[in-house]
Amino acid sequence: MTVADSHRAVEAVWRIESARVIAALARMTGDLALAEELAQDALVAALEEWPRKGVPDNPGAWLTLTAKHRAIDQFRRRDTYQRKLQEMGRDMELRQETAEAELDDALDDHIGDDLLRLIFTACHPAVPAEGRLALTLRLLGGLSTAEIARAFLVPEPTVGQRISRAKRTLADKKIPIELPPPAELPERLASILEVIYLIFNEGYAATSGEDWIRPSLCQEAMRLGRILAGLMPAEPEVHGLLALMELQASRIPARTAGDGSPILLLDQDRSRWDRLLVRRGLDALRRAEDLGTLGPYGLQAAIAACHARALKPDATDWERIAALYRLLAHLTPSPIVELNRAVALGMAYGPARGLELADTLRHDRALRDYAHLPAVRGDLLAKLGRAEEAAAEFRRAAELTRNTCERQLFLQRAATLCP
Amino acid sequence: MRYLVTLKIAAQPDGPPPADLMEAIFKLGQEATEAGALLDQSGLAPSSEGARVEVSGGRLAVSDGPFAEAKEMISYALYEVKTKEEAVEWTSRFIKLHRDLWPGWEGQADVLRLFSPADFAPPA
Repeated sequence: MTVADSHRAVEAVWRIESARVIAALARMTGDLALAEELAQDALVAALEEWPRKGVPDNPGAWLTLTAKHRAIDQFRRRDTYQRKLQEMGRDMELRQETAEAELDDALDDHIGDDLLRLIFTACHPAVPAEGRLALTLRLLGGLSTAEIARAFLVPEPTVGQRISRAKRTLADKKIPIELPPPAELPERLASILEVIYLIFNEGYAATSGEDWIRPSLCQEAMRLGRILAGLMPAEPEVHGLLALMELQASRIPARTAGDGSPILLLDQDRSRWDRLLVRRGLDALRRAEDLGTLGPYGLQAAIAACHARALKPDATDWERIAALYRLLAHLTPSPIVELNRAVALGMAYGPARGLELADTLRHDRALRDYAHLPAVRGDLLAKLGRAEEAAAEFRRAAELTRNTCERQLFLQRAATLCP
Repeated sequence: MRYLVTLKIAAQPDGPPPADLMEAIFKLGQEATEAGALLDQSGLAPSSEGARVEVSGGRLAVSDGPFAEAKEMISYALYEVKTKEEAVEWTSRFIKLHRDLWPGWEGQADVLRLFSPADFAPPA
C-alpha cells in the first residue's frame, strides 16, 4: 500500500467514524471545540502511524481511544484535574485510575445518544443559520473548511470564521452538550431539520454546476437525514424530511438539459428518475404517515410522492395534490404555497378554478416581484384561450426573472401566443 | 457514489453459519444503515433456484440453474459513499466478521462502482 493509498484509507475511516469520535469526546470533555481538536489530533496520529503499521482491525475504536488518551493528557497538563482531585482530598493515584476506568465505561455506550447530542448542539438556534450549517457539515459531515467553502462558494476564511464564531457562541452562552428538555424538543428539532434542508437545497439549486461538491451537498444532507432517522425513529417529521429529500433528489438526473437549462417537472423524462431514491422516499413517507399526522415536511413529501407515483405526467393525482397544498397552507400559510395550490387546482378542476385563486394573489406584496405569479397566470389564461392577456403575463414574468434560461422560456411562450 | 458489493463463497464449513456471525452481520448492517451509507442489501438464494438467459451465436437460450461456477454468489449490498475507500472499509468490516467468527470460511467480495447521472451527459 502506498502512502497515498493508506492516506485515503485513513480518510475513509475518518469519514465513517469522525462524528462519533467527536461526539464521544464532547460528552467526555463538555467542550465542543476541545473535542474537535482532540479528534483531529487522533486523525493526525492515524495518518502517521497507519501507513507504517497498517490500519488496525477496529479503526474507530483506535481513533476514540487515542483521542481519549489525549484528553486525559490535556486534563493533566491543564492541571485542573489534579487540582480538583486535591481539593477533594483523596488519594490522587487511585482516583485517577478510577476516573480513567469510568471514562472507559462511559465511552463504551450511548454512541447514538452522543451523536444526537452533537447534532442538537451544532444546530442550536442561538447560532446564526450559516454558522449552524458550517458547524454541522464540519462536525457531522467530516467536511474540511476548504470543502465547505467550495460548496457554498464563499472564501475559506469566511467559513473558518463562521465555524469559530459558532463554537464561541456555544461556549459563551454556556450551551450544554445535551439533549434538550422535552419542552424545547419541537423547536430544537425544527432547527436541525431546517439546517439539513438548507444544506440539501444549496446542493439542489446547483445540481447543474460544474463543481461536483455542490451537488454532493444533496447527498450529504440525505446522509444526515438518514442518520437522524436512525437516531430519532419516532419523529414523523424526521422521516418526512428524509422522504422529501429522497423524492426530490430522485429527479436530479432529469432536471437539466445538456446545455444546463432547467427542464420543468411535467416535461421531464421520468425514465431518468432514480427509482431507488423514489422507493426509499416512498418508504420514508409511509413511516412518517404511520407515526401520525404529517407536518410541513411530510406534506411536501406527500406532494412529491404524487409526482413520483405517476409514471406519466397525465397520471398525476392533481386532486390529491391540491388537497395536500390546502393542508400545507393551513400549517404554514404562505402566498407561494397558495400559488402552487392554484396550479394544482387548475390541473385538477380546470384553469378557471386555478385562475380564481391566482387572481387573489395579485395584490400580495410578497409576490410583487415574483416572476412565477405572472407565469402561472399566463399559463392558466392561455388554457382559457385568452391569448393576449396570457402573452402579456409571460412578458411580465420575463421582465421579473433573473434567470436567463427562464427568461427565454417565458419570452418564447409569449411569442407563441401572440406572434 | 454508489457501490455494489457482491459476496461470493469459495469454501465454507458444513452446517449453518454461527449465530454470533449472523448477529454481528445484523449489527454491522444496522450501523451502516444508520450511518447513511447502506442503501439496500439482500441475500441471494442458490443459483439452482434461478435461471440464466444468454445470447450466443445470435441465439437466445434460457437455462435453469445451478450454473457451474467456481464461487457461488450469496449476497449483495448497495452503498452510497463519498469514496471507493469508504466502500472498501465497510466491506472489509463485513469480511472480517466472517474471518473472525466462522473459521474455515473463505470467500471474496467485489466492490463495483455504479455509474451515476454524472457519468453521462444529460440529453441535449
